[in-house]
Amino acid sequence: MNISARRVDKATILDVTGNIDMSNSPEVRKSLLRELRDKSVSRVVLNLTRVAYIDSSGVASLVEGLKAARETGSRFVLFGLSESAREVLKISRLLKLFEVCDDEEKALTC
Amino acid sequence: MEMLGFSPEHCRSIIRAVDEAVSNIMKHAYHGRGDEPIDVSCNRILQRTKSKTVQGVEILLSDRGPAVDPTKLQARSLDEIRPGGLGLHIIRGSMDTVEYKRSGRTNRLRLVKYDRPLKRRPNL
Repeated sequence: MNISARRVDKATILDVTGNIDMSNSPEVRKSLLRELRDKSVSRVVLNLTRVAYIDSSGVASLVEGLKAARETGSRFVLFGLSESAREVLKISRLLKLFEVCDDEEKALTC
Repeated sequence: MEMLGFSPEHCRSIIRAVDEAVSNIMKHAYHGRGDEPIDVSCNRILQRTKSKTVQGVEILLSDRGPAVDPTKLQARSLDEIRPGGLGLHIIRGSMDTVEYKRSGRTNRLRLVKYDRPLKRRPNL
């Protein structure tokens, strides 16, 4: 799994490549909290286009991001969810809590 | 699974459940040690009802960790939004049957998925 950050206007986009599982979910959590808490970025967008699979530890990292965004008043937006990622969020009853967009352009403007 | 005629959605459910189950065993039964044995077997099963026969897959996972405290097999409420404790929900939400039993010094987890919806059985 690889995660990299890029800045677009006032937003940070985190591009993730590879599955998010127990071996690397702390890295996702760390990146999200760095942008949301440490840098106080007003909009953090997580690009999951190249993520086929997310396990429960990955979901937990996304929940940490969601909670941090709520605490700081930032926006935390997901886009590019695979069917598998969408299913795991749905089973966890979390899908409706996240802002989910179809593509990057919408994730930056919604 | 695909060779048995399972849909891509059901294949994803089975993969998800087994992945979460193995992670739970590594985390809770073996406390993060990656060199302990986990036995996994997979069987094709048939469920016969009055009017039809439904095909399914049964996955049995065994480990030699300490016995599981039954109270810890109760998944937490999903009403509270917090990270962690989602593995059991994901396993139950992905499979038709989830059963645990202690047999001698072995924990045995039985997961079943049918290739079409069945009336749900009580889990665990």
